[in-house]
Amino acid sequence: MGAARSIRGRVAVAGIGETTYYKHGQAPRSEFALALEAILRACEDAGLDPRQVDGFASYSNDRNDPSRLAAALGLPELRFSNMQWGGGGGGGSAAVGNAAAAVAAGYADCVVVFRALAQGQFQRFGAAPPGGAVSGEAALTFPYGLISPAQRFAMRVMRFMHDHGVRPGAQRAIALASYHHAQANKRAVMHGRPLTAEAYDASRWIVEPFRLFDCCMENDGAAALVLVSAERARDLRRPPAYLLGVAQGSEYRNAARAHNAPTYASSSFTTVAPHLWEMAGLGPEDVHVVQSYENFTGGVLMSLVEHGFFAPEEANDFLTPENLIAPSGRLPLNTSGGNLAECYMHGLELQIEAVRQLRGESTSQVPGARVGLVISGPMVTPVSSMLVGTGDTL
Amino acid sequence: MSAGASYLPAGLPRPVPETDGLDQPYWEGTRARRLLVQRCRGCRGFQWGPEWICHRCLAPDPEWVEVPPRGRIYSWERAWHPVHPALRDHGPYIVVLVELPEAGAVRMVGNLLGDPAQEVPIGAAVEAVFEPHDDATPPFTLVQWRRTP
Repeated sequence: MGAARSIRGRVAVAGIGETTYYKHGQAPRSEFALALEAILRACEDAGLDPRQVDGFASYSNDRNDPSRLAAALGLPELRFSNMQWGGGGGGGSAAVGNAAAAVAAGYADCVVVFRALAQGQFQRFGAAPPGGAVSGEAALTFPYGLISPAQRFAMRVMRFMHDHGVRPGAQRAIALASYHHAQANKRAVMHGRPLTAEAYDASRWIVEPFRLFDCCMENDGAAALVLVSAERARDLRRPPAYLLGVAQGSEYRNAARAHNAPTYASSSFTTVAPHLWEMAGLGPEDVHVVQSYENFTGGVLMSLVEHGFFAPEEANDFLTPENLIAPSGRLPLNTSGGNLAECYMHGLELQIEAVRQLRGESTSQVPGARVGLVISGPMVTPVSSMLVGTGDTL
Repeated sequence: MSAGASYLPAGLPRPVPETDGLDQPYWEGTRARRLLVQRCRGCRGFQWGPEWICHRCLAPDPEWVEVPPRGRIYSWERAWHPVHPALRDHGPYIVVLVELPEAGAVRMVGNLLGDPAQEVPIGAAVEAVFEPHDDATPPFTLVQWRRTP
């Protein structure tokens, strides 16, 4: 099964770790300390001495340098350090793929994928960066008040909704599913803050077609996963979550400046998703649970279309709260609450939730979940997605 | 144009040409109320945004040509949340993505002039309105859009 050259079944997530998730600016410790805490917890979960870690992979210009991490952790040696190009959360699954490739190729034996954010200590994503002059692509957009990520992506979603007759209820269902799942998850920043359809409809516009609840939070925290070879993972204390496939990239001229991407009304997965399915030897019908990065709900909508779960014209019928909610929904989505309601851990909390589902330990468990899909960072470039499976999927 | 005559409040980031000169002709063109985009000397294809080679035939140094300042709305958004201090207390404004059928269907970002509460039909015809900022350092001119009958 799967492509001849494939990561399928060769590498596994052996451990997962997270800090407490905080509201933006409320982390009591430095971002670097949070990164260390998440890494140590992931090693503890795997039952591995942290000194066995010999590589790191991250994305989106994470500020926490692998060499400093290696020094702080007293690692005997550092054999692999990798940064996935690109901003937003597009690199979340790619970072896992890069770490897995290093393990499969023999560059390293035990690679940690991590992401840490304490934006109170740095610049927020959703506010304009400081500075009075802009050049390059920003010169063609910022002076028109097209500055933030929400503003950058709203016109892609607007065009998609126009082309396919998608109604606001489709975006709303995605937000409601995340908030519903967060109510069962005590780690979630929005635990105890349920969202109703009425409250969604009454919420303010950020930028049409996105209301407040269509937009991710910004949070402080850190998350980490430990990857080792499949053979080694079988000897560790937790059930391995095997990588079945990983793909990254974007379609033809996605980054053509000033919104000139030929495939404009897209989440950037039109060429990426087919590679993922081919590598894994699976299709959307084989997936039991999906974690899909919500920068904005419209991005989730297009991601699910581009991964083949439904046609654009079916979005209004498919995207209902009932279909997206565990345990009984047709396609349980973002079962920890995701970026909207658990934590904006730049999406890496989604990889962790995918592993939890395979272990049967989610707070919104999908019974018998054996294959999970994670979609990272729609509408940026490069994007990435990955499939994980239990041992009996190999 | 004097202060206060621009679509958005003063204080937003000022555009400056890239230090490598790639987009200098575009910005000089707008100062002269001329809309310039790149066109390949080889395959004659239009290109926007600017790049050093033609993305179709890979020929170097596309020339800059003036194109008719009109197009149609490809997509749009109405921004409400003020992400920049200059936009606080300003209220909503409209950003449009305009496709230029007479220039190889390249697209340009601008604001749609007029009532910020107006309906914005995708496909509607628009024409460019040059918005000079003569008092800026350095001076620059934005390209805005308004609907045409």
